[in-house]
Formats: sequence, C-alpha cells, structure tokens
Amino acid sequence: MGEEVASPEELIEVEYKPKKQDLMVPSPEFRHGTWSYTASVKRMEHLGLPHPHEWQPTDADWKLPQNWKEIVLKGMEERLNKYRSLRVFLDICVRCGACADKCHYYIGSGDPKNMPVARTELMRSVYRRYFTTAGKIFGSAVGARDLTEDVIKEWFYYYYQCTECRRCSVFCPYGIDTCEITMLGRELLNLIGININWIVEPASNCLRTGNHLGIPPHALVDTVEFAVDEVEDLTGIKIEVPLNKKGAEILFVTPSADYFAQPHWFTFMGYLMLFHELGLDYTMSTYASEGGNFGLFHSYETIKRLNAKIYAEARRLGVKWILGGECGHMWRVIHQYMDTLNGPADFLEVPKSPITGTVFENAKATKMTHIAEFTSDLIYNNKLKLDPSRNDHWRVTYHDSCNTARGMGIFEEPRYILNKVCNYYFDMPENTIKEKTFCCGSGSGLGTDENLEMRLRGGLPRANAVKYVHEENGVNMMTCMCAIDKANFPTLLNYWSPGVETGGVHEMLANALVMKGEKERESDVRGNPMNSKAVEEQE
Amino acid sequence: MMGVINSLFILAILIIVPVIGIEVYDWQSTFAVYIPYAAAGIFLLGMLYRMYKWGRSFVPFQVPTTCGQQKSLPWIKNNELENPSGTRGVIGRMFLEIFLFRSLFRNQRFELEEDRKRLRFDGTYMLWLAGMVFHWSLLIIIIRHTRLFMEPTINVVNLIRDVDALPHVLFSVLYITDVVIVVALTFLLLRRILSPQMKYISLLSDYFAVALITGVAMSGILMRWFWRVDLVYVKELAMSFLRFDPDTANLDAIGLAFYVHIFLLSALLIYFPFSKMVHMGGGISQSNQEYGEYK
Repeated sequence: MGEEVASPEELIEVEYKPKKQDLMVPSPEFRHGTWSYTASVKRMEHLGLPHPHEWQPTDADWKLPQNWKEIVLKGMEERLNKYRSLRVFLDICVRCGACADKCHYYIGSGDPKNMPVARTELMRSVYRRYFTTAGKIFGSAVGARDLTEDVIKEWFYYYYQCTECRRCSVFCPYGIDTCEITMLGRELLNLIGININWIVEPASNCLRTGNHLGIPPHALVDTVEFAVDEVEDLTGIKIEVPLNKKGAEILFVTPSADYFAQPHWFTFMGYLMLFHELGLDYTMSTYASEGGNFGLFHSYETIKRLNAKIYAEARRLGVKWILGGECGHMWRVIHQYMDTLNGPADFLEVPKSPITGTVFENAKATKMTHIAEFTSDLIYNNKLKLDPSRNDHWRVTYHDSCNTARGMGIFEEPRYILNKVCNYYFDMPENTIKEKTFCCGSGSGLGTDENLEMRLRGGLPRANAVKYVHEENGVNMMTCMCAIDKANFPTLLNYWSPGVETGGVHEMLANALVMKGEKERESDVRGNPMNSKAVEEQE
Repeated sequence: MMGVINSLFILAILIIVPVIGIEVYDWQSTFAVYIPYAAAGIFLLGMLYRMYKWGRSFVPFQVPTTCGQQKSLPWIKNNELENPSGTRGVIGRMFLEIFLFRSLFRNQRFELEEDRKRLRFDGTYMLWLAGMVFHWSLLIIIIRHTRLFMEPTINVVNLIRDVDALPHVLFSVLYITDVVIVVALTFLLLRRILSPQMKYISLLSDYFAVALITGVAMSGILMRWFWRVDLVYVKELAMSFLRFDPDTANLDAIGLAFYVHIFLLSALLIYFPFSKMVHMGGGISQSNQEYGEYK
C-alpha cells in the first residue's frame, strides 16, 4: 500500500506560507491518500444512523437529504444550547494565533486550514452567519459565510483531518478545544449521513459482539488459549486466564487490538504473566471485550451506548472494581465522560490493590484504575521481582499518548515502570512530550490505509522526535500505552525513522519479570535472544 | 492588506463624525451625553446578555485539557497548578491564567533544520509579552480614569497614577502606560500583517478592533500632549454623568479632541458585545483548563 506515497525526503519539504486562497472560500481537495472511505449503508443501518446512503467524497453530488441545510442548522442550534463549551469557544477566539503552528497536521502538511484556529473558523463562520447579530448584518466583513454544500465538503475533509488530540488547547489562552469542535462537527455531519467507515464499522461491531473487531466470544477464548501456549513456551509456566468468572474481584478490560494485533500481542502476554505472578483474582469478559470506544469519534450518543457494556458486565459478574489496560481514548472516556454518561457506578467499590492495599482515591467516581497506576504501585512496594538487564538489548523511549497525557495527566507512572524494568531509558525532547506530546497522526479513526499520506504527514513531528533520540541515544524501542499508537507506529516509524520498534510498557515488564518457577528465559517476548542472569543466580 | 485599509477607513469615518457634529452642528449634548449613555447601556446589557446566553447552555461533561501530572499515587508528586485536583488548584490556575497569561507563556515555535531534517521546537515569548503589556496598560489606564468620576479620589488609584506618571520628571505629559500601550498595539498589528499565518486567519473585525482601540488611545494621548482640554469641566461632566444628572453648562468650553475621544470610546463600547472582545467575560466563565479534575 505504500507505492503511492512520496519518499520521506520529499514529504518533509512542507510549504508553510499559505497559498492565496481565502479562509472563507471552501476549497477541499480530495487527493488520493488524504481521506478515508465512507461508511457502509449496512453498518449505518445497524447503528441507527440517519440517512444511510452510498456516496464517495470524490463524487460531485454527495446525495445529501433534501433538507440538509435545515437539519444541520437545527443541529447546531441544539448543540449550542446543550454544550456551553461550543457557544463560548465560538464566541471568544481572538485569533491570537498561539494555536496555529501547534497542530501536527499543520506541521506535516502546511495546509493553512489545518491550523486549529482555521479549523474552528470553518464552523464559526457559519455560526456567525446564522446565529449572531453582527454576522447577520455585516456578513463576510465579520467573518460570516453561508452554509453551502461546498462548506459541508470542507467540513468533512477537515473534521476528518483532526485527531482530537487537544494539543492546540494546551496553548490557547482560553483552552479553546478544537477537539470538541471536531466532535460536534462530526456529529452534525452524521445527521446528514456523512461519516467514514473506519469509525462506523467498529462501533457497529462493538454493539453486536462487544469489541471493535467483531470477534465472537469463542474466538476470544481461542486467542486466549493461544496466548497461554505462547507464555508456556516462553517461561515454562502454564497460566490460567479466567474468562467471564463470576465473583472475581477485578474485571480487566483492554482494547481488543491487544489480543489480535502486533505489537499489542506482546503487551497482552505481559498482562497475563503479571496477573499470574501476582495470583490476582481477576477475570476478563468475552462480552465487554473492548476497552476502546470508537463512539468517541462520532457522537456522544454512541459513546454512551458502547461504554455501557463495561459497567453492565461488571454488575453481571459481580466484581468489586475494574482494571483497564493500555488504551488511549478508553481512558479519556472513562476519566472524563463515563461518570456523567453511564455512571455513577454505585454497585462497585473504590479500587484497592489486593496486593499492596493501596486505595486508588483518584478512581473514586469511576471505580476504574489504569494498569500503569496499578503496576507502578506494585513495583514501588517491591512486590515484583525484576531483572532489568533482560531488557539490555532495548534502548527505550516512551511516547505519551494524547488522551492519557491531555485527558488525565498520567506521566510519571509509566516512566517509573520503564525505569525499573529497563536499564536504558531516554525521554524525547521536552517540547514534544508530556502535555505537549505529539499525536501519532492516526487517532480518532483516521488510521486507514487509504489515508496513508495524511497519517505520515500528521505523524511527522512525533516521528521526528523519535528519530532524534534514535540518532542521539541509539533508541531502538518506542513504548506507548495506546492501541491505536501501537497499530500506527510501525508504519510511521518504518517510514520516517527506521530502526525503532514499537512496543508496550507491559511488554518490557514481561521481559524483566522474574516469575516463580520459570525456566531459563532464552528470548524476550518477541523471540529476540536475551540473557537472564537472575534465573542462574536463583539456582 | 485590505483588512487594514478598510478598518482605517472606518476609523477615519468615526473620527470625522464627531468633528462635523461639533464644528458644524454644535451638537455638544448629543456627543457628550446621549451617545455615551447609549453606549454604556448597550455595553452593559450586551455583556450581560452574552453571559446569560453562555450560562444558560449546559455543561454535561467535565472535560478539561489537563497539563502536568495528575494526582494518583501518594508518592508521585502531582502538578497542582497544571492539573488541579481541588478548588485551591483551580483558583491558582485561574489566577495565573487571568493575570499572568500562563498559557501564552508556554508558546512555542518550530523550524525545520535543513541539514539534519530535524524539527526544533523553542519557546517564544513575544506574544505573551505584547499581550501582557497591552492588557495591563489598558487596565492601568482605566484605573487612572476612575479619578475623573470620584471626588475625593481613592488613594490606591492615586498611587497607581503617580507611579505611571514617573516620566513627568522629564516630560510633563508622559505616562508610561501611554507609551507602552501604543508600542504593544503596534506590535500586535504588525504581527498580524507580517506573519503569513496570522494574515490568513485575520478578519476585518480583527484589524478594526486594533484600529479602534488605538484610535481611543491615541486621541486620549493627543489630548494630553497637544489639544489640552479643560479637565475641570470634564470632571464635572463625568461626575454628573454618574449621577444621571448631566451638567451641560460648560460643554462649549471643552475642546474638540475630547468629543473625538468620547465618540471613539462610545463606538468601542457599542461594538464590544458583538465582537471577539467578549473574551473578557468568556475567559472567566469557561476555560477548559480550569476545571478541577476530580469531584
């Protein structure tokens, strides 16, 4: 799939001076590699989305419903009343430009409408025209424009070229959140039957089978058995993985990619090994088999529907609390939306680690704890036997994923773990990590093959920072805690910064974990040879 | 460029109107009393209405953009000001944002190093500085002007005025804030014109806002430097204005520059609630970074 994209040397030559075109003139260019395929009618019908119809962005006529303009404007009015943030954000932007060069898509493409301020102006100009006095009277002088089909096309192009990473809002003096604008833009487009398949299909699958990939329960059981076999090959220990166990203490939910994709698989093995070593009383569920929530990428309604299953399963299985795996947007949904959308979870208890007794106060409302918090707590209290030298063949860096960084603030926990399980850890340059972290370029459902050029462009700042530590510090492994990241980075890094592998935090832990009764480890979780001094010392 | 030219054109009209009104028609009362009352009314009602509209919309989710380490485990130090976990942190964060423009202080710019194809990100502070200088000067100028509406004047205000008037040692008309506000406004305008990205996103209303505020500032400064007006009559008028009993006895004796200044100010007040300047209220009533993290 890579033949159509230019070489890295060509792609990095970005022109930042905006071409003559006016901000107010809709000018979407649906070039190959810059947009994603549209949603299938079947899936839309399954989700009950309005106006399912066949269309492609390259068509001249998008076959919008007859009264599309009325639908969109009514939708806007509804949302202006429902979400104070929308109204305020559209009113108070002073066009200071602080956000302008902060978006990874702008840095990668030079397209001026990718500047967050311009992306918001796409909607704000319509707001002014129909909802403000000044806009109604003075029109384009105050930046108001009519809602035409070309504007809808432009909205589709640019609201599906924002990964809702919120880096822009870090720099805005009012914290204007282009992510919310994009989410609401996508909701409005949804109302007239415009969306992309890569968001609709997983959401539809999730509603049907409990996970985005549409994997039925027995296939999940198969995959778990496969993992158990692999762990036995690696460590000599046959572990047991409870599934749908009623009365377990903890429900473990992780993104479905963890059980099916590479390199997520190695992290999955890491979880299983860790839980076995702790003798943790947990269970996974074949029905709530997905932590991620692709509903987040098209409407609040869908977020709520898909997320409800986690609490429903927790109630059905009678667990005490929920532990979540390495997923990015799952955490933003849990941390910022779940309590209002699906909660309160009064049938659950405040998470308390059965191994260390630590009470996770910050999860008081949602009753769900992040595995990095859980594991770093274990390591801090010396509950795990670790041999970091087993990871000596890896020189490791850590990528803060958008949602864990800007939707929670979980920085030190994974770094603590990594520093304890690896001897060689290097952070990327300060201005590209933590709350200023750069998105991988494929979030919010934009990680499709047909969108490859934009993904590579969007991932340029992050990959460039990885290349920096690769060249300066010999980094050859980039870890992260997000399933979309893990899916996207191998392609991204192969293009921009070859020689750096992608992995998970718990994969590194799995390598370093000295398990009771294990045989001498000849290789790491991926099959690379490694030394294992600790076992020799034990004997 | 068209945006700049058009806004200067509108500003010119707004200057000519009071000039004609006073020199040709002798409409002192209109310009000194009726228009300012109307402007003040529109400003107050407009801002209240705007904030009412904001207040009436719901806030269904608590979705702050967090910066800094969250509060999780007891042995990890959380960043209370960046990622507040309680009211104190929220207040601290709001204070820093409103009075010290915290977010602008983190601004970065990037460039691509040609030889090694590396993206460099460096901190950049000019926007922060210009924004701070402009807004603080504006605040101090407004505080100074309250002396026109009170007798006796408040000590704190007098102190601020005296500090601002330090250059009077050299030039008897020079206030610090007069100079710096014009410098800041010029910088902000030039930035908007010279940066290709800024030019792309700037609308007529952006240039006009700068032009109008500069017009008010310049006309005020020129009043002090060249076209002196009789301050006693102005103060009488101002204080009577607040009493809703305008004293129009001596309006003829006040110079033309005053009327221009007041008319431009009235235009600004009328324009205010319909423009982006409502960020004055908006920044407080909702900022995505100001919510406390945990309930």
